[in-house]
Amino acid sequence: MEDRPVPAETTHTVLNMGPQHPSTHGVLRLLLELDGEIVRKAEPDIGFLHTGIEKQCEALTYQQAVTLTDRVDYLANLSNNLCYCLAVEKLLGLEIPPQARWMRVLLAELTRLNSHLVWLGTHALDIGAMTVFLYCFREREDILRIFEMFSGQRMMTSYIRVGGLALEPPRGWQKAVDRFIRAFPSKVDEYEDLLTRNPIWLKRTQGVAYASLEDMLALGVTGPLLRAHGLQWDIRKDEPYSSYEEFDFAIPTRAEGDVYARYLVRLEEMRQSARIVTQALEGMPSGPWRADAPKVVLPDREKMKTQMEALIYHFKIVTEGFRVPPGEVYQAVESPRGELAYYIVSDGTAKPYRVFMRTPSFGNLQALPSLVEGRLIADAVAAMGSLDFVLGDVDR
Amino acid sequence: MLPPDVHTLPVVVALENACPGAILSGRVHRGELTLEIDPARILETCRYLCSERGFSRISSVTAVDWHPAEPRFEVVYHLHAIQQHERLRLKCRIPGAEPSLDSVTAVWRGADWYEREAFDLFGIQFLGHPNLRRILMPEEWEGHPLRKDYPVHGHKYSYKDE
Repeated sequence: MEDRPVPAETTHTVLNMGPQHPSTHGVLRLLLELDGEIVRKAEPDIGFLHTGIEKQCEALTYQQAVTLTDRVDYLANLSNNLCYCLAVEKLLGLEIPPQARWMRVLLAELTRLNSHLVWLGTHALDIGAMTVFLYCFREREDILRIFEMFSGQRMMTSYIRVGGLALEPPRGWQKAVDRFIRAFPSKVDEYEDLLTRNPIWLKRTQGVAYASLEDMLALGVTGPLLRAHGLQWDIRKDEPYSSYEEFDFAIPTRAEGDVYARYLVRLEEMRQSARIVTQALEGMPSGPWRADAPKVVLPDREKMKTQMEALIYHFKIVTEGFRVPPGEVYQAVESPRGELAYYIVSDGTAKPYRVFMRTPSFGNLQALPSLVEGRLIADAVAAMGSLDFVLGDVDR
Repeated sequence: MLPPDVHTLPVVVALENACPGAILSGRVHRGELTLEIDPARILETCRYLCSERGFSRISSVTAVDWHPAEPRFEVVYHLHAIQQHERLRLKCRIPGAEPSLDSVTAVWRGADWYEREAFDLFGIQFLGHPNLRRILMPEEWEGHPLRKDYPVHGHKYSYKDE
């Protein structure tokens, strides 16, 4: 702050919000220049969670790096797993069997529900509605149990791997997913009962933190934030990946572009995600859950112990990793927060030469000053919640 | 020279007419178009693509370090035209000694943080950037971590010294 002089004659106060503030959702530092209760200038200061994941990826083999992608956005682990694996598979030119593709869709949509539930709970908590938080975390717990069932982990799943899935889907997964997804739409109704027509909620969100669609686009904002401005752009529809084109779902949009519109869009997205999960559950194809590519995918344990060739491949993949032909790809997916993309450069070795993560939170957070400047400081909290950023995703 | 499959693409033809000689090479790999642009003309090219070809979004700006080869750095731009569902990758190769090129923040404001990130992690100067400071690393940090000659482990700040 010392490098920014504040003229002596003004009565502006500089407030240091964060890096440890509950509504910054992680470690974001926000410098607010205040004129009474009005924010005149806002400056996000990021990097507190920078762990050099992109650099670390360069030191690991392609398959090992999957575990780092979980840690980027800790609320959308499987979206990151999926995006990274799709990028590597694009470089390899690998064909993924239908069951793995559908299972990836199912898990990516459960991830979206998980992320939106945390967003809704904490966003409402920031604005002062505590009950919603407890309701949302109740359902989130069910989703985390499903993830645990699949991968053994609640959060750092690493379940999607290059070539398919990490493990065979567990016995009884259909029952667990079915029980959850049957009950879920009525749970969304419960959240709506608490908030949608709640006068305090309306007062705190309607007309708050508006910026024009042109501004939002120019600032690099993506995802539900743009759809709350009426832009019908969803990567799942526009550039379908992992068989999203086989699913029937709608892209909810609103025209208002305020905090309330973002809330409604995300809520409707939850209902649409539930529809996709139901379709994936009912129509799940049978067959292999990983690609038939012995040089990339680890062999079955049984084959490894009975066939010499499988044993050799297993040894080579574990010790050296697999080589990826030289080239570069940019793979984008629709993460719960917007456009998530991995740009991977290969030099032909078993380790990625460069992994760049285009994370949605980084782009979305860039728009924060234009949403809060000239408005009340209390609205800054609502604006931050509506952006739904994750600091791990910003800083990487 | 441009390969024949790239030469006939509408965006390439239009760009050749609008900014003759700006495209140094081009390639379609895995269905993705990459154009290498003369670093001196990146701003002009971007301005044209944004205003005339509908590339209203810049997804990201980043860099790749090809140390010890020269020109050492590749600055990579990912553009996106939402209405046409079209993506385009631009590249500029710049030398390792005092790497610099024009900032595109005048075309897309969203390039601001991405250029700051490339400056922070690779040490590339973006001329005309309104606020070119470190963004992820601390202000007083020495070195640029994503350069290939910067070690993954064992930098001067290690736990052993403490």
